[in-house]
Amino acid sequence: MSTSAVPQSGFAEAGADLELVGITKRFPGFTAIEDLDLRIPAGSFFALLGPSGCGKTTTLRLIAGLEEPTAGRILIGGKDVTATKAFQRPVNTVFQSYALFPHMTILENVAFGLKRRKMANADALAHEALRLVELDHVSSRKPSQLSGGQQQRVALARAIVNRPALLLLDEPLGALDLKLRRQMQIELKDIQDTVGLTFLHVTHDQEEAMTMADTVAVMNKGVIEQMGAPQELYELPHTAFVATFLGQSNLMSGAVVSSSGTSMVVDVAGNRVEVPRERAQRHSGELTIGVRPEKVTLHGSEPKRETGRNLVGPGRITDVSFSGVSTQYEVTSPVFGIFTVFAQNTSISRMHHDGDEVWMSWDVGHTFGLADEPSTVPALRFDDDTDTSMIATQRREQLEAELEGA
Amino acid sequence: MAFGAFATSTAVAEPAARRKSPIALLLLLPGLLYLGLFFLVPLFSLVITSLQQPDPVVFGQFENAFRWENYVTVLQQYWPQTVRAFGYAALATLFALLIGFPLAYFIGITLRRWPLLQALALVLVIAPFFISFLLRTIAWKQLFSDEGPIVGFLQALAILPGDAAITGSAFAVVFGLTYNFIPFMTLPIYTSLERLDLRYVEAGGDLYASPRSTFFRVTLPLAAPGIMSGTLLTFIPAAGDYVNASREFLGSTDTAMIGNVIEANFLVLQNFPAAAALSLVLMAAILILVSAYVKRSGTEDLL
Repeated sequence: MSTSAVPQSGFAEAGADLELVGITKRFPGFTAIEDLDLRIPAGSFFALLGPSGCGKTTTLRLIAGLEEPTAGRILIGGKDVTATKAFQRPVNTVFQSYALFPHMTILENVAFGLKRRKMANADALAHEALRLVELDHVSSRKPSQLSGGQQQRVALARAIVNRPALLLLDEPLGALDLKLRRQMQIELKDIQDTVGLTFLHVTHDQEEAMTMADTVAVMNKGVIEQMGAPQELYELPHTAFVATFLGQSNLMSGAVVSSSGTSMVVDVAGNRVEVPRERAQRHSGELTIGVRPEKVTLHGSEPKRETGRNLVGPGRITDVSFSGVSTQYEVTSPVFGIFTVFAQNTSISRMHHDGDEVWMSWDVGHTFGLADEPSTVPALRFDDDTDTSMIATQRREQLEAELEGA
Repeated sequence: MAFGAFATSTAVAEPAARRKSPIALLLLLPGLLYLGLFFLVPLFSLVITSLQQPDPVVFGQFENAFRWENYVTVLQQYWPQTVRAFGYAALATLFALLIGFPLAYFIGITLRRWPLLQALALVLVIAPFFISFLLRTIAWKQLFSDEGPIVGFLQALAILPGDAAITGSAFAVVFGLTYNFIPFMTLPIYTSLERLDLRYVEAGGDLYASPRSTFFRVTLPLAAPGIMSGTLLTFIPAAGDYVNASREFLGSTDTAMIGNVIEANFLVLQNFPAAAALSLVLMAAILILVSAYVKRSGTEDLL
């Protein structure tokens, strides 16, 4: 097997670094990506997570060479590929729609990339890749004769058979049912471990991103809000968007009333809530703070105030949904709004009921303070409509309003 | 479209047909009657006519017989016109494809982002049909005439010698055929390309295929059903055409095609058996050529 430079001959020896420098992409009417800097080290499994229309698919298409950036540079393995065309880049994509060539057999589809690069034993390698996804027995069929899950695996085989320095995955598991999805997640992770390629996975599914990736970048409206290991992002979100998009959060806001060297106390509608200094992004004025629902404990009667624990209440349970492993409670209070609490079903006697009056407490160390101004915190129950065309419409309306005002 | 049947024959197998129901047969009846009355009966009558022999008593009358020698006679007498017809039709099909494909590609893919322009371009492709094709062909005759602007221009540039003519030449006939059939070639190819999912083209680029390679390996095979319909819709009528090649239009006696010979035998010479035999020869030849073409393209995955 030849091991010379990518992509014109042979395979990449290992994954390559990907670097985006000051990437901006404007479409007529709106900016999809604003001055994006990103560095993905070789061999890592990187997930770009965000709602539809946040610019994540555009980022992927820019890297694949299917779109040209308005400004900025793209480097793969240290080489500037900004000016090169898609077919010249050592990158392969697993498309959201799979895009398997309908007029070719499965084997021809998988061997396509190898044959374009004039690899000698293309068919043998294609069979090998099909065996990896356990579909060698359908190699002579046409894509339309396969189920969605099988087509997805063929699309994966068609990309990884080329051993690209960088593999791009555009929501490849979106069309699969839950069981197949889990299975494919594990398979993908296995493949990444064995072949050691750099994976860039674009998804709107936060669970998928967290289970599979080493590093997750949360993207919103064309910018990366926060980037880090999944656990880090979950435990210490920096912005309200991350706190609510990645899992659920109970957010509260209030003014800082006192602060010491290690912690601050925020007055949330009369309740004193403590937050560690190092877990807060801002340290004065109005502050938005939050806590994850599973960190919160419910109390049927007002407990004694302890140091090291935050206590809010009372509130009334307005919704109880039982989901087997845990129960989700919704606690409403005119003072601090709606609070969501997840309780593990470890003891039947501790069940609370709709209409019960409860207090909530949690470890001070689980509180986090956000960088957002309190007024910009989004509504918790519904996400903004951030569809690409919607953004374009909104921008146009804004522009028209400005023009009329002038 | 009638030829859609050929084009989709390689696609996914259709789900098994439902059980026969009397209503389906009833609905089929008008079509079957139509085919029987207006296709099978005339065909049968054509076969009988082609085997007739001259009435020994009345001159110009024919009586039923089994004179298969009629076929040998017409083939011996008219083989140059027959070969010429298929040669001209093949050339016209090729030129119409070379002009129609880029046109269809431009309308179906390049103009996709501007639906209004796309609709306008389609209207322009169909626009010539608003005027009778006889008139349009005569107009070309005028343009190509010896005193016309084109010959004059070419003579002024000394590309054509002073005594040269374009009308009546093979060039003029093939030109006329090509011109008249371009819309029949363009529209089916357009329908194929208009539905072409550009993500396949992107996938080709992603898998190291250059734009040229992607065109030949992805775009062209996916447009094959349209190319198939277009070439059949052009080749079959062009092979039997008797207008472009006739003396009154762009041709001369040297460019006569099988259609002109059939016309002359039916209407001028009134040699009905010869005309009928030639018609059947034309029909058989087209059937053989077309089925060979469909079979070849069909079994080899449309390229």
